[in-house]
Amino acid sequence: MGDDVGFEGLAASLVLVAVALAIGWRLRLRIQRDLVVSVVRAFAQLIAVGAALAIVIEPKTPLVWSWLWVVGIVVFAAATTRRRAPAVPGLFWISLVANGASAAIGFAVAFGLGMFPVEGRTLVPVAGMLVGNSMKSAIVVAERLVEALSEGRPEVEARLALGQPWSAASRPIVRGVLRTALSPQIENTKALGIVFLPGAMTGLILAGVDPVDAVLVQLALMYLILGGVATTTAVTALGAVRRLFTADHRLVALPRSTRDTG
Amino acid sequence: MPPPALFSFEQVSVGPREARRLERLDASLPDGGLTVVAGPSGSGKSTLLRLCNRLEVPSEGRVRHRGDDIAQRDPLELRREVAMVFQRPVTFAGTVRDNLREAAPARDDDDALAELLERAGLQRAFLERDAGELSGGEAQRVCLARALATRPRVLLMDEPTSSLDGEAAAVLERLARELVDDGTPVVWVTHSQEQMRRLADHVLLIAVGHVDRSGSAPEVFGDGR
Repeated sequence: MGDDVGFEGLAASLVLVAVALAIGWRLRLRIQRDLVVSVVRAFAQLIAVGAALAIVIEPKTPLVWSWLWVVGIVVFAAATTRRRAPAVPGLFWISLVANGASAAIGFAVAFGLGMFPVEGRTLVPVAGMLVGNSMKSAIVVAERLVEALSEGRPEVEARLALGQPWSAASRPIVRGVLRTALSPQIENTKALGIVFLPGAMTGLILAGVDPVDAVLVQLALMYLILGGVATTTAVTALGAVRRLFTADHRLVALPRSTRDTG
Repeated sequence: MPPPALFSFEQVSVGPREARRLERLDASLPDGGLTVVAGPSGSGKSTLLRLCNRLEVPSEGRVRHRGDDIAQRDPLELRREVAMVFQRPVTFAGTVRDNLREAAPARDDDDALAELLERAGLQRAFLERDAGELSGGEAQRVCLARALATRPRVLLMDEPTSSLDGEAAAVLERLARELVDDGTPVVWVTHSQEQMRRLADHVLLIAVGHVDRSGSAPEVFGDGR
């Protein structure tokens, strides 16, 4: 077997998709259609992305195309976050700033301190990993913040009624939400190498890179991701909570609010 | 010229046009004594109370506190001046001492905090208690002590006994009366006719967004309660 998977190898991997389909059919889970759609869609998307990436990261291609790709990732992440938590006004812009800040800080460390050379083949994948992970946490933060403030309205209003400003009245809830959003990333980082071998490292080892070199790259990326996730979640939570209070320190109407209006 | 009302409501509407909780309500609450705001569930009496400390704002109309348009007041200052005890007691994480300090961070000596507890009918030993482990009646009295920690000039009580047993409710009613006797006007919302007759110096009866009747207790109840 060579280093490349190739289309034959890819076809072989479909055996496990067939197993998943068989399980879905046998247990009457009614997920077969979704499963097929997801497999076909992932194939089409990744082939298209791979073809475009091949052009963008080609050494002769001007670096500006890689930077534009990075901008596209950040904008798409902001749009996705906004779609998932529509109750937060202005979440697109908050998320754009949050993901932009995460990418900027990550890039400053990764490229400014010389961890990686500034090339298309490093810029785009590093941005994808950074922003992809940050986006997932930002979505958790935004969704959970709305739920927690809605469920916690009695406590928030009890604090507001004492004359506390919105920032103090919401602080215990924001802290809890941030802990919830950051915990999975911290647990992932703790379990590295013991429970699972992360994607970048696995890919490098499969591509024939020395495992120690692969580990160093993976560790650097994980630390960047951890910092990026912390940045994005903090900026998203603090930006979003401000939008959920009025200028005169009242909590806005939220979905699932159970306030008694007797 | 008569002194300004404690709160006056001028053509106040609350909520979207198609689902008003209060509709062009005109009313005033006298500055002194214990005023009971009563009405059936959903009539808008809690909404009216929340207008008084700006947890709610009118969609139309104006609310005045002792003559001043409260829309022009600093909401944080207003809320410290017009304290509120809610229907269900909401204690914060930590001890009773932590709860009281949330309301008045500057009051860091236990004597001052114990005095607040005493005004709410609780002993000093409660300062050490975990607020999450109090009974409903004790928790509501801690909420009362916490509300008093901001040194309010008015106290709003939104059905404060609805989740308490008879004995705890009686204690809270007695404490409210003591506050009134000490010069702090209390506005008490209830849906209980019996409680209204027991407590009220003044009455405001609301019927689905409108004022039904208002006046002093003898005016509204006639000779016998």
